[in-house]
Amino acid sequence: MIKIIKYILLDILRNKMVLGYAVFLFAITFTVFSLEDSTLKGLLSMLNLVLFIVPLVSVIFSTIYVYNSSEFIELLVSQPLKRSRIWLSIFVGLAGALSLAFFAGAGLPMLFYEPSPTGLMLLLMGFLISVIFVAIAMLAAVHTRDKAKGIGFAILLWIYFSLLFDGLVLFLLFQFADYPLEKAMIGISALNPIDLGRILVLLKMDVSALMGYTGAVFKEFYGTDKGLIVSLSVMVLWIALPLLYSLKKFNRKDL
Amino acid sequence: MISAYKVNKSFGKLKVLNDVSFTCNSGQCIALIGPNGCGKTTFIKCVLGMVVPDAGTITVMGKDVASGWQYRSEVGYMPQVGRYPENMQIGQVIEMLTDIRQSHKTIDDDLISAFALKALYHKRMRTLSGGTMQKVSAAIAFLFGASVLILDEPTAGLDPVASEILKEKVLAEKERGKLILITSHILSELDELISDIVYMQDGSILLYKTLYALKEETGETKLSRAIAHIMTNKPS
Repeated sequence: MIKIIKYILLDILRNKMVLGYAVFLFAITFTVFSLEDSTLKGLLSMLNLVLFIVPLVSVIFSTIYVYNSSEFIELLVSQPLKRSRIWLSIFVGLAGALSLAFFAGAGLPMLFYEPSPTGLMLLLMGFLISVIFVAIAMLAAVHTRDKAKGIGFAILLWIYFSLLFDGLVLFLLFQFADYPLEKAMIGISALNPIDLGRILVLLKMDVSALMGYTGAVFKEFYGTDKGLIVSLSVMVLWIALPLLYSLKKFNRKDL
Repeated sequence: MISAYKVNKSFGKLKVLNDVSFTCNSGQCIALIGPNGCGKTTFIKCVLGMVVPDAGTITVMGKDVASGWQYRSEVGYMPQVGRYPENMQIGQVIEMLTDIRQSHKTIDDDLISAFALKALYHKRMRTLSGGTMQKVSAAIAFLFGASVLILDEPTAGLDPVASEILKEKVLAEKERGKLILITSHILSELDELISDIVYMQDGSILLYKTLYALKEETGETKLSRAIAHIMTNKPS
């Protein structure tokens, strides 16, 4: 399996896009921290960036990569290799390459400017979100044979998680404004890994007061060690469930 | 070596394989023939585990295809249309496959030297012509000394010299007692190679006979005529 991962990693790193992504992240992170005089503001800008761009690049690059390596997959499947190993190797290769690019691009300048717990939490979230969206992309790619449809589906998922979901939550909050929804919001926030990431980083920043009473409830739950463990496990579930489902699909797929 | 029992496969509404049952042993060289779209390639891909049958079981060397994958180290496969990572060079593909298969047997590079592929090792796969691609596929299929060889339209696209080289190689491997499965539409070239014949139509096997018996029965001396005879007087 390590051999296949090696070949996939080599193949991805030969692709200029991952390198460009790392350089882009590096430039932005550097600019953000040099422009803002308070590092807290810098971190807030970085937070929005990480939660917006990282999943987008992750999901689109991975979907396109899986479609473009259909020949490679076909070749490997006819060799004495277990199908699930091939699929998991692609996952590890993609997740490894993208998180490597994230750490090199955003991680290094961030550690330089802001090596605080908040900065580290932001890095952890960026890493988890990269991996989660690789898993989601692989699910989208295994689901449809048609490349255009698959990429469209992946972009749609990204729009849902980063834009539509918040709108839906807001709608829900307004509709049920008379009811105490604060506790339910904790459950709902677990349905979106991007929101979960945002909440965890904001809580570390101690600006949760800005979020009103819901913020206080969040703080009470996510601020504790137990809450942190629960939310990180939810993030891991967000990796495992799409990955396992796509693996199941891939094992039965006709090539 | 390969045995299939009641294999069924549909793509959507189209039934591609319909209760295909089939057994063959080492030393046989079997021609799988039939009209376009009769399910030959699908059947081959089922044997390789690339297509998952809806029902039925296939075993290769006694091992179930659905649950195992190790059996594929004993299978050499030459696809109808070779599809390789476009950015890789011929040499890299061959090196990678050798690395992945870790064959403990000796590498059989007869075809690489016969096709003079070493001189093309630095060429990227996407720049190759159809014929060169076929040569690479053939070389890879024979490279690991597999005891089952599956060749899907091996000579389509090859020039006469190359296809002669390939035929020689198939004959040599047949002498060594390997099981060889060939699909082809060029019946004249099969005549000298095969020992048995399987005729498929609409996803079912209509006929499975030795070449000798077929010629005897139809009273023809050429395979192409014998098959034409069968196709016109189809067994009901």
